[in-house]
Amino acid sequence: MATESIGWWGVPLAIAAGTIRGSAPFLFVSLGECLTEKSGKINLGLEGTLLMGAMSAYAISYLSSSNGIPTWLAPWLGVFTAGVAGMLLGTIHGWLSQQPKVNDVAVGIAMIIFGSGIAFFFGKAFIQPVAPQLPAFELGNWSDIPSIKAALKISPLFLIGVAIAPIMQWFFKSTRWGLYIRAVGDSPEAAKAMGISVYKVRMFSIIAGSFLAGIGGAYLSLYYPGSWSERISSGQGLMAVALVIFARWNPVQCLYAALLFGGAQAIGPALQSVGVNSYYYLFNASPYIFTLAIMIITCSPKRTLSGSPGALGTEN
Amino acid sequence: MIFTEKWRTTLEKICIPIAALAVSLVIFGVFCAAAGANPFAVYASIYKAAFGSWFSFQNTLIRAAPLMLASLCTALPARLGLVIIGNEGAIVIGGLSAVAAGLSVQGAGPFVVQLAMALAGIVSGGVWIAAVGALRHYRGVNETISSLLLNYIAIALLNHMVGGPMRDPTSLNKPSSYPIPDADMLGNIPGTRVHFGLIYGIIACLIAYFLIQRTTFGFAARTVGGNIRAAKIAGLPVGKLTLIICFLAGSCAGLAGMVEVAAVHGRANESLNASYGYSSILVAFIARQNPVAAVFVSIILGGILASGGILQRAHQLPDATVLVFQGIVFLVILFSESLYGRLAIFKEGVKPQMPGQNLKPQT
Amino acid sequence: MSTRHPLHLNRRQIIRGILATTAFGVSSRLWTGCTPNTPPSATTPATPTNSASTGAVKPITMGFIYVGPKDDYGYNQAHALGKEGVSKLPWVKTVEQANVPETTEVQEAMRNMIEQDGATVLFPTSFGYFDPHILKLAQEYPEVQFFHCGGLYVDGKHPKNVGSYYGYIDEAQYIAGIVAAHTTKTGKLGFVAAKPIPQLIRNINSFTLGARSVNPKITTQVIFTGDWSLPVKEAEAANSMIDQGVDVLTCHVDSPKVVMETAEKRGVFCSGYHANQAILAPKGYITGAEWDWTNVYSRYAEMIRDGKTLMNGGISHLVRGGLKDGFCKLSNYGSVVGEAAKKDADAAKAKFIDGSMVIYKGELKDNTGKTVVASAKEYKQEDPELEKMNWLVEGVLGSATS
Repeated sequence: MATESIGWWGVPLAIAAGTIRGSAPFLFVSLGECLTEKSGKINLGLEGTLLMGAMSAYAISYLSSSNGIPTWLAPWLGVFTAGVAGMLLGTIHGWLSQQPKVNDVAVGIAMIIFGSGIAFFFGKAFIQPVAPQLPAFELGNWSDIPSIKAALKISPLFLIGVAIAPIMQWFFKSTRWGLYIRAVGDSPEAAKAMGISVYKVRMFSIIAGSFLAGIGGAYLSLYYPGSWSERISSGQGLMAVALVIFARWNPVQCLYAALLFGGAQAIGPALQSVGVNSYYYLFNASPYIFTLAIMIITCSPKRTLSGSPGALGTEN
Repeated sequence: MIFTEKWRTTLEKICIPIAALAVSLVIFGVFCAAAGANPFAVYASIYKAAFGSWFSFQNTLIRAAPLMLASLCTALPARLGLVIIGNEGAIVIGGLSAVAAGLSVQGAGPFVVQLAMALAGIVSGGVWIAAVGALRHYRGVNETISSLLLNYIAIALLNHMVGGPMRDPTSLNKPSSYPIPDADMLGNIPGTRVHFGLIYGIIACLIAYFLIQRTTFGFAARTVGGNIRAAKIAGLPVGKLTLIICFLAGSCAGLAGMVEVAAVHGRANESLNASYGYSSILVAFIARQNPVAAVFVSIILGGILASGGILQRAHQLPDATVLVFQGIVFLVILFSESLYGRLAIFKEGVKPQMPGQNLKPQT
Repeated sequence: MSTRHPLHLNRRQIIRGILATTAFGVSSRLWTGCTPNTPPSATTPATPTNSASTGAVKPITMGFIYVGPKDDYGYNQAHALGKEGVSKLPWVKTVEQANVPETTEVQEAMRNMIEQDGATVLFPTSFGYFDPHILKLAQEYPEVQFFHCGGLYVDGKHPKNVGSYYGYIDEAQYIAGIVAAHTTKTGKLGFVAAKPIPQLIRNINSFTLGARSVNPKITTQVIFTGDWSLPVKEAEAANSMIDQGVDVLTCHVDSPKVVMETAEKRGVFCSGYHANQAILAPKGYITGAEWDWTNVYSRYAEMIRDGKTLMNGGISHLVRGGLKDGFCKLSNYGSVVGEAAKKDADAAKAKFIDGSMVIYKGELKDNTGKTVVASAKEYKQEDPELEKMNWLVEGVLGSATS
C-alpha cells in the first residue's frame, strides 16, 4: 500500500524513532524512582511530579521568553524550574512519608492528586500560549531520507538522561554517599548503627529523585510531544514505578527498560500506519502486559529480587 | 470495642481527625484567598453543597457509595501486609463481566438477572485480585506493582471488548455493550435518589469488619500480616489465606463495578473507568484499613467531591480546585496519623494493647 | 506558587479576551434571519405559541457542562467559547462546570444547576452524557429543557423536553480536503483519529472525498489512537505517518494542539479541527474545520426568550446545520494555499451555502471494494443514515474496527 515511501521498513524505523523521542520521560522518572526506592521508600507521587514539572517548565519557558529572555535560554530556565518544582513536591513526600505510621504508598497517591491538582490549577493559563521549545541535535544530516533525519533528531536532555544512568550506577557502587543510600535502603537498623541519619539520607534520595522526575516532565512539555495539556503524561509517571522493578533497581537497566517502554508506545501507531489495524487497544497495553510477564518469569518466592532494597515496602 | 478503651484514647480518635479536617480547611482557605476567592464564602458553599440539606447530602452519598465497596479491595489485603492498588482494574472487570452475565440470562426476570450480574462481578473481580495474591505468594511478584499493571490491562480489555466483540452496533458515537433492560436495573433506595450500592457498601464493610475482628479466620489473617514467619511456624496456611483474602477484596471491587453498570450506566463502556479505584485506595489508608471507618471516610470524600461543582459555578474557581482541596485534605489527614500516641494530652497512664486494636498492619 | 499569581490571572484574562473577540466576536450576526435546519423526519409545527414580549423578560439561566478542561484548544473550548458568546446577551445568565465525567457526577451537576442555580436550559455537551444521564434527568424535570450535542433524538422514545443539535462539520472537512489535495506533493494525507465512531468516520470520509474530488489518486491514511486525549500517542501517530510520506495532516481528537505542532515541527502541512489553530502552525496551517457554537446557543436563547420550547413544539427536537446555517466555518486559508485551491474551495463552499452540494452520492465504494452508496442514490446531509456510518470510503487506508 505504501508505494514509493519506505513502507514496512517504516515500522522498525518508527519504533526506533519513537524510542529516541519518547523514552526520555520514562528514563528520568525511573531514574528518580530508582534513587528513591534504593533508599527504601516508594514514591508513587512521581506522576504528580511529572505533571508539575511539565507545567512549570512550560510556564517558565513561556513567561521568561515573553519577558525578554532569549529563546535559547528560556526553555532551559523552564527545565531548571521543573526540577525545583519537583524538589518541592519531593520535600513534602520525603517529610510526610517518614512520619511514624504513615504509609508511603498512601502518601504517593495523595501526592498524585495534590501535584496534579496544583499543576492543573496553575496550568490553566498556559494551555493556550506557545512556549519556546528545547533545541535538538540533528544527527541525521548525513541522510537524504527525511524520515531518518527526523528520527535522528536527539534532544540534549535525552543525552543527559542517558549519561545519568551509568553515573548513578557508579554513584551507588563506588561512592560513600551511594553506600549510605544502599545501607539505609537495605537495613535501616544497620545504617543507624553506622551513624547514618536514615531520615536525612531518605530525604535526600526522595528530593533528588523528584528533581529528576520534574525534569522528565519538562521534556514532555518542552520537547516531545512538546506542549502543555492536562493529559500530557497519560500515566507515564506511574508506569515508571513499575519500570524500576522491571529494571531491578539498576540504573543502567532503567535506561534499557525506558528505551523499551518508549519504543512500545510507538508500536501501535507504527503498525497502523502500514495497515495493521485491529487490536490497537491491546497493542497500546503491550508495555503493561510485557512488564507483568517479565515480572512473573523472573521473580521467585525463594529469594527476594537481586538488587531489591530490603527495607522497601516496610514501615520505616 | 471502642467502649472497652479508656476515654482519652477514644477522645484522641475523635479529636485528631476533626483537627486534621479543620487544619486542611484552613490551608485550603488560604489557597482560595490567594486565588482571589473569599474563603468563608467557599466554606459556606462547600458545606451547602455537601452536607447542607438532605438534597445535597444525597449527592455526597451517591459519590460515597462506590468508594466504600472499592476501598475494601485495599483494606482487606492490608491486614495481610499486602498493599494492593488494583481497585480500578477489579471494578472494570467486575462491571464488564456483570454486563456479559446479565445479557446472557436476559429475560429471566429481574431477580435472576441481578443475581447473575452480582455473582459475575463478585467472581471475576475476586479472581482478578486473587491472581495478584497468587503471584505474590507463589512467584514473589510485588503485589503493588502487579495490581497497578493489571489496572491498565483491565482498561485495555474493556475498551477492546466494548469497541469490538461486545459492541452494540446501535451504540453509535460511544462504543458500548448491549444495554441491560430497564426492568432489570438496580433501583434507588426508596425515597432517595441514592442507588442500592450504598447499602451493599455499608453491609460489605460491616461484614468485613466482623470477619477480620471477630472470627478466627480474621485473627489468622492478622497474624500473617503481623509476622509472616511466625505465622508459618505456627502452621497457618499462608497461601490459602492470601488467596481467600485477595479474592474477597477483589470481589468487593467487582461488586462495585457491577453496581456501577446495574444501577447507573446500564451497559459497559469507557465510563466504567471513572477512577473511583484510585480514590478508594486513599479511603482505605485514611480509614487505617478499618472497614467501618472506611464508611465514614467515603462519606467525607464524597462530600469533598460533591462540592467540586459549586466551586466552579459559584466562585469561578477552575475545575482543578477540587483536586487541590482533596490533595490538601489527604496530606493533612495522613500526617495526623503520625500524631496518635504522641500528644501528651491524650496519654493514658498505661496504654491498653489488645490484639484487635492494632489497626495498622505490622510488616 | 502564589507569588506568580497576579500575573497568571492577567494573562488568562487577556488570552480569553483575545480568543473570544477574534474567534467569535463577529459571529452572532450570522444567524439572524436564518431558520433552524429541520430535517423532514422531525418536522414540528412551526407556529410559535405564546410569543412573549421581548421587552421585559426575566433572565434565562443556561447551564453548560463539559467533559474536559475548557481551554483545551479543542472540543470543550469550542463549547466554552460558545457559552462565553451567549452570556454576552443581557437577558441570559450562564453557569458552567468543566471536567465532569460521564457518571452519576454529571447527573448531580445537572441537578445542582437546576435546583441551586435555577437553570431552566441545560447544554450538557459531551456525547456520553445522553444515555442514560440526560434521559434520566429529563424525566425527573419535565419543565427543564435539555439540549444535547450530537445525540439522536427519537420521537416517542425520548422525553419531550430533550433536544439534540449537531453540526455538519464534515462539510468544512470536505473543503479542507480540497485544499489539502491542492497542497500535497506526495498525494498522501493523514488523519489522526481517536475512536472509530460515526461522527469521526464521517469526517474522515468527507475529508477524503473532498481531496479525491480534486485528484482521485489521493489516499488518506488514518490512525486511531484509541482515546480522545493521548498526546504522546497522537504525536507518535503523526510522526509515523509523516515517515510514511504523508504531507498534510488533520485530526479528530479532543485537543488537536499536539498534532498541529508536530506537523509544523516536521515541516509538513496541517488542517485544524474544532477551533482555529493557525497560531500553532504559522507556516504549515492550510485551513481548518471550526465550530461556531456562539451562533447556535444565541439562536436557542432567542427562541426560548420568545416563548418557544421543545415541549410546546416551538423548538425542533433535532437541530442540525452546516456551513449554510453557521454551525461551523473554515479557518482562513494559510499563506501556502495557492489560488487554484482557493478557487476550488470557495466554489465548493458556495455550493454548500446554496444547498446544491451533496457529498454522499452514488456510486461510492468503501475501501474494501463494497458498494456502500448505490449509483443514482443520494444521501443529503440531514439523512439519518449518515449518522450511522461505519465504513471508510475508497481511498482511506485503515479500518474502522477496533
